[in-house]
Amino acid sequence: MLSIAIPAALFMIAAAMALNLWRLVRGPDLPDRILALDTLAINTIALVMLFGIILANAVYFDVALLIAMTGFVGTAALCKFALIGDIIE
Amino acid sequence: MSGEMISEAVTSLFVLVGGAFALLGSIGLARLPDFFTRLHGPTKATTLGVGSLVIGSMVHLSTQGNGLSLRELAITLFLFITAPVSAHLLSKVALRKLGLKKGGPPDAA
Amino acid sequence: MTLFYRLLPQPILSLVILALWLGLAGSVSVGQVLLGTVLGIVLPRLTRSFWPDPPRLARPGTAARLVLTVFFDIVVANGQVAKRVLGPLDRLHPRFVEVPLDLEDDFIATILGGIVTMTPGTVSVDIDRERRLLLVHALDVEDPEALIRTIKARYEAPLKEVFQC
Repeated sequence: MLSIAIPAALFMIAAAMALNLWRLVRGPDLPDRILALDTLAINTIALVMLFGIILANAVYFDVALLIAMTGFVGTAALCKFALIGDIIE
Repeated sequence: MSGEMISEAVTSLFVLVGGAFALLGSIGLARLPDFFTRLHGPTKATTLGVGSLVIGSMVHLSTQGNGLSLRELAITLFLFITAPVSAHLLSKVALRKLGLKKGGPPDAA
Repeated sequence: MTLFYRLLPQPILSLVILALWLGLAGSVSVGQVLLGTVLGIVLPRLTRSFWPDPPRLARPGTAARLVLTVFFDIVVANGQVAKRVLGPLDRLHPRFVEVPLDLEDDFIATILGGIVTMTPGTVSVDIDRERRLLLVHALDVEDPEALIRTIKARYEAPLKEVFQC
């Protein structure tokens, strides 16, 4: 069952990331691009988790957690930069 | 044997539902017409999808004999706490850069 | 009770820190619980000056029920959003809705904003402090008044009860 479910989910995540990439390139404005980058980071977490299941290795959770944190901080920093032109007040 | 089957079925279900919702969020991001409607997909569907995927892998790895790992729960918790915050920041940027587009309340601009 | 709040000015934050620490450590041994408890006591004290006046949790039971309601709404109503995202786009009615707030406290209003964002169909965009308004963007709304009533009855009223304000 898993041998079908995991490739299917991998395919869906890959398609989702392609759509995000399209939005990232297409724009049209800065907020759209930041949103696309944020979604890419979250989808990367999903991808890493799937690899964790395939390889039955819990180390991938730490990787996913790190991506979650850097993704959020990156989004927040980009938003602050767009808002006030400065990251650290 | 049957216990293994059940855990595998549950994992498959969570993984498939998670992948479907993540895809849905990105379809929303790519397809919807303006920024504020696009914001709906990734903040909700993607967060729920990845949360479901994480829970699926938690079920899987904990039945593999590694014991119940709580890191997955931490990831899910973190995602659900940060998603509204980044959505709020993004909508603030959009309000500043784009202003309220059509359909907004007349006095809020 | 006063000693409790002097030790733990923000019980919820302390609990979240403890839960996160245990999650990161990946085990629930005595040492990790102890370390997590120490962090849960020390970190809120160190960061207290960054927080708006911490509101006190008066009704944990109602809070638990609210968490369940929100979780249920997130899961169930995502299906409806799925239908709207995949369906024909010209039938969507996206618009901004202004929700008047009865809440006085900024912190609780922020929690309400987070809940509104996570429940499908609505994203909170801005909190207007002067006019006590929550600006909400709804993906597909026919009747704005009904949406406002739902948000107020389903999420705001329990939040007010939880924090007794």
